[in-house]
Amino acid sequence: MRKAATVQELPGVSQSKTEVRSQAFAWSDLASRLRPYLYLAPALICFVLFFFYPIGSIIYLSFQDWSLINLEQMEWVGLQNYQDLMKDGDFHQVLGNTAVFTIATVGIGLTLSFLLALWLNKKAKVYGIIQATVFSPHIISLVSVSMLWMWLMDPQFGLLNAGLEAVGLPAYTWLTDPKSSLLSLIIVSIWKGVGYNTLIFIAGLQSIPGDIYEAAALDQSPWWRTLRRITIPMLSPTIFFLLIINTISSFQAFDTIAIMTQGGPINSTNMLVYYIYEQGMDFYNGGIASAASVILLILVGILTAVHFLVMSKRVHYR
Amino acid sequence: MYRVVLASRKTVEWIGLLIVAFLFVFPFLWMASTAFKTMPEVRQFPPTLLPETWEWSNFAQAWESGPFLMYTWNSILVAVGILILQFLTAVPAAYAFARYKFPGRNLLFGLVLIVLMIPGQVIFLPIYVQLSGWGLVNTLWSLILPYAASAFGIFLLRQAFMQVPDEVIEAARLDNASEWKIMWTIMVPMAKPVLVTFGLFSFIYHWNDYFWPLIMTNSDEVRTLPIGISSLHMSDGGTLWNVMMAGNMILILPILVIFFVAQRHIIKAFIYQSK
Repeated sequence: MRKAATVQELPGVSQSKTEVRSQAFAWSDLASRLRPYLYLAPALICFVLFFFYPIGSIIYLSFQDWSLINLEQMEWVGLQNYQDLMKDGDFHQVLGNTAVFTIATVGIGLTLSFLLALWLNKKAKVYGIIQATVFSPHIISLVSVSMLWMWLMDPQFGLLNAGLEAVGLPAYTWLTDPKSSLLSLIIVSIWKGVGYNTLIFIAGLQSIPGDIYEAAALDQSPWWRTLRRITIPMLSPTIFFLLIINTISSFQAFDTIAIMTQGGPINSTNMLVYYIYEQGMDFYNGGIASAASVILLILVGILTAVHFLVMSKRVHYR
Repeated sequence: MYRVVLASRKTVEWIGLLIVAFLFVFPFLWMASTAFKTMPEVRQFPPTLLPETWEWSNFAQAWESGPFLMYTWNSILVAVGILILQFLTAVPAAYAFARYKFPGRNLLFGLVLIVLMIPGQVIFLPIYVQLSGWGLVNTLWSLILPYAASAFGIFLLRQAFMQVPDEVIEAARLDNASEWKIMWTIMVPMAKPVLVTFGLFSFIYHWNDYFWPLIMTNSDEVRTLPIGISSLHMSDGGTLWNVMMAGNMILILPILVIFFVAQRHIIKAFIYQSK
C-alpha cells in the first residue's frame, strides 16, 4: 500500500511509465504483501479449527438435545437445557462449590504468597533455594500431587492423622466427610499454586524502583505505612494479573476432583468442569453439558474482558 | 542487648525458613519413603520415617500392573510431537507479528491473546465431537493436533524477535537472503534462550497433562503415563499405597531431574506468563 502511494505522489512522473513499472512489480509486490498472512496461516488455521470454531459450536450445541452415543441425532430444544440447569439442585451446588473453592483458593493462596514474597525477596542464596523449593509442586503433575495428598489424608494410615494423634488431637475426616472434603481440595490447590504466585509477586516487588523506598526511609515512614502506601499500590498490576489468572485456573479445577473425590461425598466437591465432564462423557447429556460449558465460557470471557480493559488502560497511563 | 535481639531474630527466621522448606519438600520425601515400604509397614502406627526393609519390587509391581512401557512411549511421542508442531507454527507467526506491518495485525494478535486466556476445558466437548467426526478420537492425533499451535509460544517468540536489532536483518537482506532464510537461520538462533524456555514449558505441561488424554482416549494403546498412573489406585482389596507412590515416582522423576538441571530456565518459563 505504502509503495503504491509514494509512486502516485511523485510529481513529474508520467502516467504511462508508472503503469508499466507497477505491472512489472505487481507479482513480487503481491507476494510480499501476502507474506505475513502466509506466515500466520498455519497457526491461525489451528486456532480456527481447535478454538474459534469449537466456541461457536458449543453455543450451538447448547441449544440441542444430543448425546455422544449418537451424534446424528440432534434436536433443537431452544433454551430447554438452560432451564433444566437452573432447576437442577445439583448444578446449584456445583456453582456454589466452584465459588467457595475459587474464593478460598485465590484469597488464601494469594495472601500467603504475598507474605512469602515479602519475606523471601532477598539476595542471599538460601532465599533462592527456598523460592525454588516452594515453586517445585507447580511443575509436578496434578495426578501425582493428588495421589500424594490422598495418601497423606488417608483417614486410617495417613500421615496427617498420625500427626494429629501424636499431639493428642482427634483424627480429622479430610476427604471422607462432605463437611471437610472441599476444604481438603482447597488445601491441596493452595499447596500446589503458592510457589508460582510467590515468584510472580517477587518479580513484581523487584520491579519497584528502589529510590521510592529510600525516600520513604528518609521520611521515617513505619513499615506498615510503606507497605500500604507504596508496596501494595506499586504492586497492583501484579495483584490484578494474579487475581485473574488464579480465578480462571480455579474455575478449571478437574484433576484433583477426578482423582481424589469424583465429586463426592454426596456432590460436596463437584465443580463446573467435572460436572461438564460427568454430564457429557458419563451420563451422555450432551445438551446439559454444553449449556454448562457456555456458562463457564461466559464466566471466563468476562474475566478475560476485564483483564484486557484494565491492561489497555494501564498502557495509556504510562 | 541489641546484638542478642538481632541474633535471636536471625534464629527465628532460620527456623521459619526450615518450616517452609519442610512443608514443600517433606511430602515428596514421604512419597519416596512409602514407595520402598512393605504393605504391613505402610499400615504401621506410629509410621516409620524410613523403610525398615527396602522393597524395590514395588516399582516392578507398579510398572507391570499395566502396559507402562507403552504409556511412557505415548507420553514421549505426544509431548515431543506437540513441541515440534508448535515450533513450526509459532516461528513464522511470531516473525510475521514482530517484523511486518499489515492490515489486521492488531486484530489478529488480539485473537491470539484471547486463545491464550481461555482454557481448553471450556471447549473440550465440541472438539471431541469434531475429532470423532474425522475418526481421530482415541488416536494419538487427538492428543497432538488440538495443541499444534501455541498462543503462548507465539507471544513469547514475538517478543524475542522484536528485540533482534534491525541492522542484523538489513545486513542479511543486503546479502540477498530470502525472508524465509532470515527467519530460520538468523532469527531462530538469536531467540534460542526463549525457545529453550518455551520448549521446557510445553514439554512439562503436556507430560503432566491428565485431562486431555482422559477425555480423548479409552484404550491402552494410545493412553499416556498420567492416565496409567492414575489407574493404580483403582486396585481392589485396599489401596496399595506403596505401589501407588512407586508409580508416581516414575512419573515425576524425569520432571524433577529436568528441574534440577534447568531450574533457572523453568522458573523463567512459568513466570514469563505474567508479562
